[in-house]
Amino acid sequence: MTEDSVKIKAEGLNIAYGSNVLMQNLNFEIKKGDIFIIMGGSGCGKSSLLRLLTGLKSVDEGKIWIDGVRFDNAEPAQKKKIMQNCGILYQSGALFSSMTLAENVAMPLQQYTNYSDDLIKDLVAFKLALVGLKGYEDFYPAEISGGMKKRAGLARALALDPDILYFDEPSAGLDPVSSKLLDDLILEINKSLGTTIVIITHELSSIFAIGKDSIFLDAETKTISAYGNPKELLKNPPNKNVLHFLSGGKK
Amino acid sequence: MALDFLLTQKVLTITADGDLRDYDNQEQLNALYQNLEKSHKVCFDGKSLQRWNSCLAAAFYQIILRAKAKNIEVDTTELPNDLQNLITLALTVDRKPKGKEGKNWGFLEDLGDSGLRMLEGIKKSWAFLGDTIKSLGRFFTGRAVLRRVDFEFALADCGYKAIGIVSLVSFMVGLILAFVGALQLKMFGAQIYIASLVAIGMTRIMGAIMAGIIMAGRTGASYAATIGTMQVNEEVDALKTLGLPVTDFLVLPRLLSLIITMPFLTMWADIMGMIGGATVAILMLDISAPQYWVYSIKAFELTNFLVGVFHGFMYGIIISCCGCYYGVNCGRNADSVGWATTKAVVSSIVIMIVATGILTSILEALGI
Ligand SMILES: Nc1ncnc2c1ncn2[C@@H]1O[C@H](COP(=O)(O)OP(=O)(O)O)[C@@H](O)[C@H]1O
Ligand SMILES: [Mg+2]
Repeated sequence: MTEDSVKIKAEGLNIAYGSNVLMQNLNFEIKKGDIFIIMGGSGCGKSSLLRLLTGLKSVDEGKIWIDGVRFDNAEPAQKKKIMQNCGILYQSGALFSSMTLAENVAMPLQQYTNYSDDLIKDLVAFKLALVGLKGYEDFYPAEISGGMKKRAGLARALALDPDILYFDEPSAGLDPVSSKLLDDLILEINKSLGTTIVIITHELSSIFAIGKDSIFLDAETKTISAYGNPKELLKNPPNKNVLHFLSGGKK
Repeated sequence: MALDFLLTQKVLTITADGDLRDYDNQEQLNALYQNLEKSHKVCFDGKSLQRWNSCLAAAFYQIILRAKAKNIEVDTTELPNDLQNLITLALTVDRKPKGKEGKNWGFLEDLGDSGLRMLEGIKKSWAFLGDTIKSLGRFFTGRAVLRRVDFEFALADCGYKAIGIVSLVSFMVGLILAFVGALQLKMFGAQIYIASLVAIGMTRIMGAIMAGIIMAGRTGASYAATIGTMQVNEEVDALKTLGLPVTDFLVLPRLLSLIITMPFLTMWADIMGMIGGATVAILMLDISAPQYWVYSIKAFELTNFLVGVFHGFMYGIIISCCGCYYGVNCGRNADSVGWATTKAVVSSIVIMIVATGILTSILEALGI
């Protein structure tokens, strides 16, 4: 059905809450090792699409494949197995507030692997160092800044060496420098681990800096109105909504 | 197909080869660390490394950290590029967090800490009480920023919405009181005094206590949780920066509505308790309804009744103050909301009991 190089494939996907239809008939493919950007205005259904892709919301219409395996109607056990290979960084980091950063990162490892405690400790130290939080093992989420929370969330998302990493607005609420740091980190992870990365963002600088492929969810037409490399899209915008978006609201 | 290391002429060569995913040989690593102490240089050789994941990277990272700490030279050029990149990334950012730990004095420190915390708590509760009284003052002079909707909502919540559970529990308490009393009084053939026992017991104190405990668990807890969640969501900060007095906005409607409803709930509990007692008397002790009524009325004293209602009023103040106090002073995470709720309920019940003790001895001294 799907070729080897395709990691995620969506066909005829609808996003709707009851009668409130947000998007219709979405078709796209995400290649292995891609950095795939989902862009679109606020409230157009980007987070909802992510919820569909990660199985948090059930699919009413359409199909999703991950690694060539049907995901949307998979058995719960199968879904769980697929999701073990996915890391998700939520909008606010979503760290467990009653646990230290080390415990947060160690949790998926303890849940899903039978690594020794020593290895888990080493892994936690390594992942936290990767995101630039070396030495913060014993801090609680309430004791660190917003940017650090995001990075700690990333360390947790990276814990199990996922094949796919989903990000929901990684740079929201970050200053330009922290946001640039996070972008660099995403690029680095993509390069050295070969992780397929799916990012929801409307941060133009990020889109152009790291995006290899992208789709634009158009709230007006309720479909994907642009599909391709963001820089190419800016050069040859397929319609005025995309141009308007990618040029930062300039007419 | 494994990790190997060899120490020759103070150069530690670590050879990784084959499939080293999920590398988890801690014994080997410990041996390796020991050899590391004796070396001047560490060379990684990953020319025939085929597959690996973070476990190997984490192990290498630890080795390199230890080597760096001892100023041992490290050579990673023979590792696959992506692994090198990854380790370099982990090594690049080396910001030390500002010290979190300090010297630990153990027990003494804990003792001091808890003392300080207690002092802090007393200060905070004084401040809270002060704010609340000021806020009440503003209310009675008509200058408080009290939203009508908030007040009506709070009033409904601890008013008619609480009647069901208060009725049920006080009915059961009346029932139990009568039942336990009946076992004793029957021995003297004095069953009829069940009516007096229940009437006095419920009106003087039990009605108020039952209403108080239920409202502490029901409404006090919800005050702490609601305001605590607002604290977590920074809504309380938003109120403060808008220049609105937090006590007027959050505490006043809740305090007022509990003060208003608690006396009524107490009266209601009194009545339900007496009905519970009557149920036992009529069904089990063959006392007729009119008889029970007569003895209840005989035992009923206005002073007792008013003392009970006053207790209810006092409990209303205690419950709402505890609930709001712990809500307003809640921390910033999910845990602290749970903690605030627990504290609110436990401390309102404890303070209620203590206050009842004090009030009872005062009334005793006054002969009421
Ligand atoms: N749980 C929900 N129930 C009903 N409607 C929802 C729900 N979550 C989101 N929506 C609707 O979906 C729209 C898109 O939400 P979302 O996917 O979060 O947008 P985006 O992330 O693109 O800003 C919102 O405007 C809202 O009306
Ligand atoms: Mg969103």
